[in-house]
Amino acid sequence: MKMNPLVVEQMTVAYDRQLVLEDVSFFIPKGKLVGVIGPNGAGKSTLMKAMLNFIPRMHGHVFVYGQPYEKQRHLVGYVPQRNSVDWDFPTNALDVVLMGRYGHIGLWKRPKKEDVDMAMQCLDKVGMLPYAKRQISQLSGGQQQRVFLARALAQDASIYFMDEPFVGVDAATEKAIVQLLNELKTRGKTVLVVHHDLQTVRDYFDYVLLLNKRVIAFGETESVFTYDHIQKTYGGKVTFLSSTHIVG
Amino acid sequence: MNRMDINVQWVFTSMALLGLASGMIGTFALLKKQSLIGDAMAHAALPGICIAFLLYGQKSLLLFLIGAACSGYIATICIQFIVKHTRVKEDAAIGIVLSVFFGLGIVLLTWINQHEGGNQSGIHDFLFGKAASLTGSDVNVLTVTAVTVIIMILIFFKEFKIITFDRAFAQGIGISVSLLNGVLMFLIVSVVVIGLQAVGVVLMSALLITPALAARYWTEKLEWMTLLAGGFGALSGVAGAYISLIAYAPTGPLVIIFATMLFIFSFLFAPKRGLCSKMIRRHIERKKLQSQQLMYKRGEQL
Repeated sequence: MKMNPLVVEQMTVAYDRQLVLEDVSFFIPKGKLVGVIGPNGAGKSTLMKAMLNFIPRMHGHVFVYGQPYEKQRHLVGYVPQRNSVDWDFPTNALDVVLMGRYGHIGLWKRPKKEDVDMAMQCLDKVGMLPYAKRQISQLSGGQQQRVFLARALAQDASIYFMDEPFVGVDAATEKAIVQLLNELKTRGKTVLVVHHDLQTVRDYFDYVLLLNKRVIAFGETESVFTYDHIQKTYGGKVTFLSSTHIVG
Repeated sequence: MNRMDINVQWVFTSMALLGLASGMIGTFALLKKQSLIGDAMAHAALPGICIAFLLYGQKSLLLFLIGAACSGYIATICIQFIVKHTRVKEDAAIGIVLSVFFGLGIVLLTWINQHEGGNQSGIHDFLFGKAASLTGSDVNVLTVTAVTVIIMILIFFKEFKIITFDRAFAQGIGISVSLLNGVLMFLIVSVVVIGLQAVGVVLMSALLITPALAARYWTEKLEWMTLLAGGFGALSGVAGAYISLIAYAPTGPLVIIFATMLFIFSFLFAPKRGLCSKMIRRHIERKKLQSQQLMYKRGEQL
């Protein structure tokens, strides 16, 4: 089981002695798109940050292709929430995507022509090539999100963690992201996406992780994304879903 | 050329290098939204300098630097302690610590000036700075440190850029963010401390931030912004030192007045981000809109 791309074992995380995640365990098979679903404050972003070692884990282990995450860092790509950075930073879209190559370039060295070529290809994949030289504050929210995705692609990882890539983007960007997710999947990549829109879960994801401090349910979307599980995750507050979007 | 001229030339060279290093590293302090750190460091350095003087009995830039670094470090710990254990936010914590340390420094400075023949010590130059008081060994310390800082920025440019723009992502690709952040902070503090004698504890942080602020108006590339900020800093340093030498005035205020003039000029006249060009653009757009509306109206009438 440990040779799966991602295995999380009994992970517990606390801020100031208050438990945010409790005993979270799951494993993800290769080439799956996984939606992480849960209400605000359920610990979705925390889950990603704790897996990436940004915040300390009180307990638990994360394995990437059978090895502890610390040894396999280069295999994991991360797309932070768009509002986590200052977009008035003096740089352009191409430059941000090039940052995805920094891990490969190494300390003290400058990006080579191959790195620039690859960054351009990644921009092209998200439909942002015409904006390569555009200052990043001049991009729309959706375009900024696509630049972030291109940067993750440039990293050339095997597993991707994306924190709310669909929030506040236009329809064109949403479509571009979905297309990209499917392309990553066909290339055998594994993608974890924190997601908010319950309506689209069935269309986008193979697997879901329903989270509210603990794992409420985890498995293939078909069997796990049920009315009961959603109610349990959201504390019985979900009433707007029509039966076409969920089973049960 | 006599010996005096050579000394003066060295003072100018070291002021140029100080301004260059200060502007370059200030770019990162500004973009990291940590402009206040330099201010806190400079003010917190004063009691350290005074204590170093009291212990050693005479002026020594190297010992002053050590004293300044120690009290600056203690101030940082105080700030972090307050932020962690109270509900006071960082900016307020910096404000509290900075003024308490500065107050303590002024008390010590006054005491030194009244005793121990302090008037001859030149320690009061640290308040507003005096480039003319730089001796040969001061110039050496200043030059070596400034050049080291500049070289470090060139070496770690790519890394400083990514940890300043997106810390989380940098961490994700395996860059040791806390170490590099420590290096960056150390460079900022080094520049502030070596600038204290020439520019003064009160105004040193302005030499860190003002050139970077001015440079931001001219460019959308970090590389250019860093270079330009360095250039503005060097220009301000040399101009301030020059006027201060011929007018027998404190250097710090003159350096800052010059840097601020560069800032105001940039703020008004920079080609894209400047106020004037923005107003002109807005005016042209309004005219365009008006003429379009006029066309529609005529179309309707016809």
